[in-house]
Amino acid sequence: MSIRQAMLAILEQGPMYGYQLRAEFEQRTGETWPLNIGQVYTTLTRLERDGLVEVVGHGGADETDEAADAGSDRQHVSYRATEAGRGEVSEWFATPVPRTQPPRDELAIKLALAVTLPGVDVGTIIQRQRTATMASLQDYTRLKRSGRAARPEEPADLAWSLVLDALVFDAEAEVRWLDHCEARLRRAATERTDVRRDAPAASTTEGAAR
Amino acid sequence: MNAVLHLAAVTRVHGEGAAEVHALRGVTFRAHPGELVAVMGPSGSGKSTLLTLAGGLDAPTSGSVWIEGTDLASLDNAGRARMRRTSVGYVFQDFNLIPALTAAENVALPRELDGEKGRVARRLALAALEEVGIVDLADRFPDEMSGGQQQRVAIARAIVGDRRLILADEPTGALDTDTGEEILRLLRARCDAGAAGVMVTHEARHAAWADRVVFLRDGVVVDETGVDEPDELLESAR
Repeated sequence: MSIRQAMLAILEQGPMYGYQLRAEFEQRTGETWPLNIGQVYTTLTRLERDGLVEVVGHGGADETDEAADAGSDRQHVSYRATEAGRGEVSEWFATPVPRTQPPRDELAIKLALAVTLPGVDVGTIIQRQRTATMASLQDYTRLKRSGRAARPEEPADLAWSLVLDALVFDAEAEVRWLDHCEARLRRAATERTDVRRDAPAASTTEGAAR
Repeated sequence: MNAVLHLAAVTRVHGEGAAEVHALRGVTFRAHPGELVAVMGPSGSGKSTLLTLAGGLDAPTSGSVWIEGTDLASLDNAGRARMRRTSVGYVFQDFNLIPALTAAENVALPRELDGEKGRVARRLALAALEEVGIVDLADRFPDEMSGGQQQRVAIARAIVGDRRLILADEPTGALDTDTGEEILRLLRARCDAGAAGVMVTHEARHAAWADRVVFLRDGVVVDETGVDEPDELLESAR
């Protein structure tokens, strides 16, 4: 995902330096996806090139220590969303996130290869992955049931708790999918044995119907 | 050995000859005070059998089941029934409350069966209902309560009289997501307060509330999250 729209949406609230922008983004998303400051400035530069943000001024007395330490001119620059930028933000909120181009899923690719390449023990891969995903799910749940996500007091806490839920549901879906893969593979293995045992008397359709 | 529940190399075979089914094959399993353990696995993996054996409702074909240091095989029927009433609390998917009894009466029942005087049993029941947050519903009948409230009553019934082993079979199965989480919070709190909990579930999201998740398949523990203490590992290797 590009952080472009997310940054633009935050800038719509008012002009900000890169460091402020990063802090706002992380605070609003429960620090789940840490941003590299270089990435923030690269994105800002591109947004400026595309006419979606503009520079509002250089330096100020209230800049953060962090920004001052960084020393570069660029970090003293504050940005705001342009009219076109605001349009892009409304457009972003109004449009569903597309699933037409699924993100490259390392696990799905790994299993697809494991199933088609010789000499790989798919069952073990599935079991290990499920245990690891389950352990992450336990970690998310621990975070969820303690601290500010358990008793949200302000919108940022609620946002953090919803981000955690997203991770929880995602991990849960992965475990379910792994269960499904395991069941499918076992059934396929049984069918293969049945077909071999019944051959040549029984037809393959009978074997597959079991 | 300080485990509240200890299954030692437990095997359970149903049926005979060609119809023989190995529900569990040499499973060793422990639940310690303060620990909530989730048991996951596909249908037929043996997870319900494990819970039934742990609750003394069925006996293993071989191996032994220990609750608070007592081998269940060393008890007669009456002794096992007493152990079930005093040490083990059961929570079921469909609540299993007695419709003709109020919440407080349902919760008091195991104490009364155990010979406690009605007044004392009711006081214990109210304390348990207080703990699960529905003491104000004490005099309602099950059909006057929501599913989540009924499951709270069932949990109160499972913990009344300070029982230290809570066995839960798909406790959130009949509840919506939010209500289910409230029930898990209660089980979790009870375990944090020192009980040992064993919960069978097929939902990873719910199993994630446990300290340890054990995966069963074809009657065998195939994996688990959370690492045993090193001395435990040595013990089970012996």
